[in-house]
Amino acid sequence: MSDKILKRIYMDHAASTPLDPRIRIAMEPYLEEEFGNPSALYREGRRAREALENARESVAGVLGAATDEIIFTSGGTEGDVLALMGVAHAYSNRGKHIISTTIEHHAVLNTLDALKKEGFEITLVEVGQNGIVDPQKIEEALRLDTILVSVIYANNEIGTIQPITEIARRIKKFRDAKVDKMSGPFFHTDACQAAGYLDLNVKNLGIDLMVMNGSKIYGPKGVGALYVRKGVRIQPIFLGGAQEGKRRAGTENIPGIIGFAEALKIANDERTIEGARVKNLRDKLIDGILKTIPRTVLNGDREIRLPNNINISILDIEGEGVILYLDSHGIACSTGSACTSESLDPSHVILALGRPYEYAHASIRFTLGRSTTESDIEHVLKVLPYVTETLRKISPIKIDVDATSMSHPEAFAGEGLRVKAKSKNFKKA
Amino acid sequence: MNNDSKNLKGADIDVINQYTGEKWYYTDIVKDHFFKPRNLLLEDPSDGVFDATGMVGSPACGDMMHMWMRVDPVTECIQDLKWKTFGCGSAIAATSMYSVMLTENGGLSIADALRIKPQQIMERLGGLPNRKIHCSVLADKAFQKTANDYFRKTGQNQRIVVEGARVIDDRLNITDKDIEEAVLEGAVTLEDVQKKLKVGVGMSEEALVEIEQLIRFYSEKYYG
Repeated sequence: MSDKILKRIYMDHAASTPLDPRIRIAMEPYLEEEFGNPSALYREGRRAREALENARESVAGVLGAATDEIIFTSGGTEGDVLALMGVAHAYSNRGKHIISTTIEHHAVLNTLDALKKEGFEITLVEVGQNGIVDPQKIEEALRLDTILVSVIYANNEIGTIQPITEIARRIKKFRDAKVDKMSGPFFHTDACQAAGYLDLNVKNLGIDLMVMNGSKIYGPKGVGALYVRKGVRIQPIFLGGAQEGKRRAGTENIPGIIGFAEALKIANDERTIEGARVKNLRDKLIDGILKTIPRTVLNGDREIRLPNNINISILDIEGEGVILYLDSHGIACSTGSACTSESLDPSHVILALGRPYEYAHASIRFTLGRSTTESDIEHVLKVLPYVTETLRKISPIKIDVDATSMSHPEAFAGEGLRVKAKSKNFKKA
Repeated sequence: MNNDSKNLKGADIDVINQYTGEKWYYTDIVKDHFFKPRNLLLEDPSDGVFDATGMVGSPACGDMMHMWMRVDPVTECIQDLKWKTFGCGSAIAATSMYSVMLTENGGLSIADALRIKPQQIMERLGGLPNRKIHCSVLADKAFQKTANDYFRKTGQNQRIVVEGARVIDDRLNITDKDIEEAVLEGAVTLEDVQKKLKVGVGMSEEALVEIEQLIRFYSEKYYG
């Protein structure tokens, strides 16, 4: 089990991707030689400004947007917070209702929690058992005082792709029928996981705000962009200088932005070919696991999911144990188990599928990427059945394959059933 | 807790192997017990092999643990302690270590075993990351429950200890937690509960009335 001689098989690309060497080359001049502050008037400043605006043009080109609709940020989280807080605070005099879903990223859910404390009313629409939201349910939740709808484009845990175009169409129809069309509702999507695999053209999607970041698309960490359609106002969350059209204060991260723009362009150029390639590998891994390991359940829709995402619950065993075993075999992946999260909460996304917390405890996510080969998939398929068998010997439980409630509630007697599942499902059917 | 274990606790993110310099999330001892758990129950036991059993869950993270014990009826020394867990690496390692501590050198008496503190398990493991400490607490909770099961079966009800619970029959040491557990296991009537608690007759009239009330309360809470 020596890690040193093993080739590493990295299958956690939804967490982070390595920097593409082409992007490092593009960034390099801006670390040392071209160090100017783009707000400065002299030569160094002008050169930085030019590089910044070229990057903005490149990003706008990929999105089919105008350059002044692009705001560079420090990444996905800042983008989501800026979009939600920004719209909420700019339009709070027009309405205080916001709609989102139960499977959003924490950057969205926790921001919505904060807005709730400020007096906004939040409606979280539930998803189906396949992890996809019904556009009809979003439409039904719309009210005259709804100012914003936020739906993740492709989920980071289970990879399910949401019907963004259809939701956008219904929101636009609702907005156009209003007397006060300028007060929303506006439509925001978190496209951090979608970038590199799905269409990012904002006209095709029909969205008003969209977030992307660099570290999921082989670009640098700590940089991303927020698209804000012309005509939509946002109130800044960072106060300071007048950068980014007075919407995001702070000296621009020039090397990061150059890297992000280049990464987005390459990812978008290569997405059709790369998407088809990893989809093949994904299907092979999904089919292989479901066929060779009994009592395994795929989380999220079989087809309508990112081409690189595999999320499977291996019933009766706990995810951290699987991660540690696979790591000792050179494989890196992740889990929705409570044991590995800092908060000790199980994945809210798996729970949102109507599954008991044991499913989240048992969930394993493999996210493939550019480095993934067919032999990597074969290696996982060789190792995983053995790991599963070993850990199942340790486990005292046997969950029903179609379970919607806890397997052994009596084990938690006297604890007020405070299993941090936040699940209302302990009642027996 | 001594200073050493405090320092070990502080090693929160990574534990560095002193020989190879390689970083692993847990210590080498934890790693060893995780990959080679001791005293794991591998086959479902046949009746009479073990004298007592108990299952608990961790409200912190949802881990579950089941324990089985065989006891020398004369000395009350633990002859065998087997376990299974639906839990993470540190839960597996902590339970493995705990089972070793209770059975090594001929086995501790139940009374001595109940004095083992979670801190002692952690010291033997060379420390656990801070947010994983609750995993080792689960092993001693499972043992307390297993010991309670043994006390109840051997008529030593006065020795039963249930933390944070309200005693309903002080002679038999039946608590509200016992009733809740029985209901969650599917008990619907007073008879079901008596069967589950291994008591036929002998409960006081007041206790019987209160138990019936609690059955209704928990049935309503969970299934109503």
